[in-house]
Amino acid sequence: MSTEKEPLFSKKNIRLLTGPLGADNPITVQSLGICSALAVTVKVEPAIVMSLSVTIVLAFANVIISLLRKTIPDRIRIIVQLIVIAALVIIVDQILKAYAYDISKQLSVFVGLIITNCILMGRLEAFALGNKPWPSLLDGIGNGLGYGIILVLVSVVREILGSGTLTIPGIGEIPVIPQGAYDFGYVNNGLMLLSPMALFVVGIIIWIQRSRNKELIK
Amino acid sequence: MKIIENIIRNTKPKFEKGGKYEKWLPVYESFETFFFVPAHTTKQGSHVRDAIDLKRSMMMVIIALLPALLFGMWNIGSLYYMSIGETHSLIETFWFGFVKVLPLILVSYGVGLGVEFIFVFLRGHEINEGFLVSGMLIPLIVPVDVPLWMLAVATAFAVLIGKEAFGGTGMNIVNPALLARAFLFFAYPAQMSGNTVWVHGISDGKVLVDGFSGETILGQKINGVTQAYSGFVDNQLSTLDLLIGNYAGSVGETSFIAIAIGAIILLYTGIASFRIMFSVFAGGFLMASLLNAVAPAGNILMNTPALEHMLIGGFAFGAVFMATDPVTAAQTGKGKWIYGFLIGAFAIIIRCLNPAYPEGMMLAILFMNVFSPLIDHVVIQSNINKRLRRAKVSHVK
Repeated sequence: MSTEKEPLFSKKNIRLLTGPLGADNPITVQSLGICSALAVTVKVEPAIVMSLSVTIVLAFANVIISLLRKTIPDRIRIIVQLIVIAALVIIVDQILKAYAYDISKQLSVFVGLIITNCILMGRLEAFALGNKPWPSLLDGIGNGLGYGIILVLVSVVREILGSGTLTIPGIGEIPVIPQGAYDFGYVNNGLMLLSPMALFVVGIIIWIQRSRNKELIK
Repeated sequence: MKIIENIIRNTKPKFEKGGKYEKWLPVYESFETFFFVPAHTTKQGSHVRDAIDLKRSMMMVIIALLPALLFGMWNIGSLYYMSIGETHSLIETFWFGFVKVLPLILVSYGVGLGVEFIFVFLRGHEINEGFLVSGMLIPLIVPVDVPLWMLAVATAFAVLIGKEAFGGTGMNIVNPALLARAFLFFAYPAQMSGNTVWVHGISDGKVLVDGFSGETILGQKINGVTQAYSGFVDNQLSTLDLLIGNYAGSVGETSFIAIAIGAIILLYTGIASFRIMFSVFAGGFLMASLLNAVAPAGNILMNTPALEHMLIGGFAFGAVFMATDPVTAAQTGKGKWIYGFLIGAFAIIIRCLNPAYPEGMMLAILFMNVFSPLIDHVVIQSNINKRLRRAKVSHVK
């Protein structure tokens, strides 16, 4: 370890933040957290709330575990991680129930299931246990946002094609497909409302990403 | 033929390296090999080249599809005139259906070939099968009134996700034509199922003769009709009528006889596997008989005689043209028996026990497409194990 003080936003730290948005994305490259990406992406609004929740939980959990990393006995580290995540998820769940009840109802069980989201355990195990709090915070935020980008992308595609609208938090539902198209015989694609289609959309995103970035092809 | 040959010979230099239209070589080649067997000879090894290559065998499938297609056209006209209470000559009836079906075929081929050609240029490989059979199958397994833009979207989806994503012709896991139908079925259920889409004009609200119903036989059975009819309740269908197939359904699926002619062509030329075709019917028949035996009194679908199950819906069409697709079916001999048998059995199970999806054939074939590599793996592995055991025993002696 170098004794020299590293600047807060050194190149390495910036990469922790931006890497997961692209070439190190948790969903499309690490294949983590796909289950919730299928479940909450029918509309844009829940997808945004979900990705914010995951980002917050992940950032805090990363920092807490990173602070505790030297005191956690190796054999019970998974249990400690789970307790930290569970406590944070309960807090997020309660806040959502208090201030955004409708969305909390839409997300239903999937807020609680953040506990089992593989991204969280994955990042805690792979990163927070071996790094200082500050890089851990950046890694948590970066991975949360990387997860969020895919969620929002998938939900935009699914909502426009499946319901013909876009639901933006604070503004509400905006019709995207003009009424004239419906009069002309256009019909919303019912398949887009079913979760398998999210898998197809994620697959297409992976396809496009890999054909642009050849390094990802193993 | 001589004229075409001359044209192709004379234009060849323009497409070869350094020629004016060098870039279009794949397109040129696709047309050249469409008309003539390519003149390549094998350079290495001892492979025998047959004159029947991929394109020739695909064309044989198209020929086998023609009876079902032609009958389907006549059937559409016939049902339409029945629904508005008019009688017309055979030619007029056929012409009406021809005009209705032709756009479906054109859209299917246009969109499918379009996507395929785009990928040929992106990837720089040759066009080979070129969507020849899938493009003809898709119009035959949809209702006549399906909106053309939906058909276009579904075809593009099927070629893109079902075929090109896996690497093109010969690499696909599921049958592209069935994938297109599954896409339509789940994405636009109102235009793909129900009792108004199968006969032209009902969904547009044309005035019908009193009492006319455009339901398929499976639809009637779900709605509690014991005796299948065509159009009017009085117009009951005997077994012979079911064989002929003048009733509502997807364009090409209704006539058992037309499909049987296709089956004979495919079996005679050896293009389709008789193991699969036979075992699909066997599996369906046995499962239907089993369900007959245990069926509660009120359940019409479960009480339908096993033979009738083979004739109605898309069972025969799926067994002859879809299940036998050489790319997506099992490859081993024993595997083909298992694969076909399970398709037939699953189709009847889905049909009888899940009334939400009366046409189980599509789902059963797609399902078994996914499982066929596993079946092959098990068959091959068990054979290896068997031979290993034999080897050990002889060693001990």
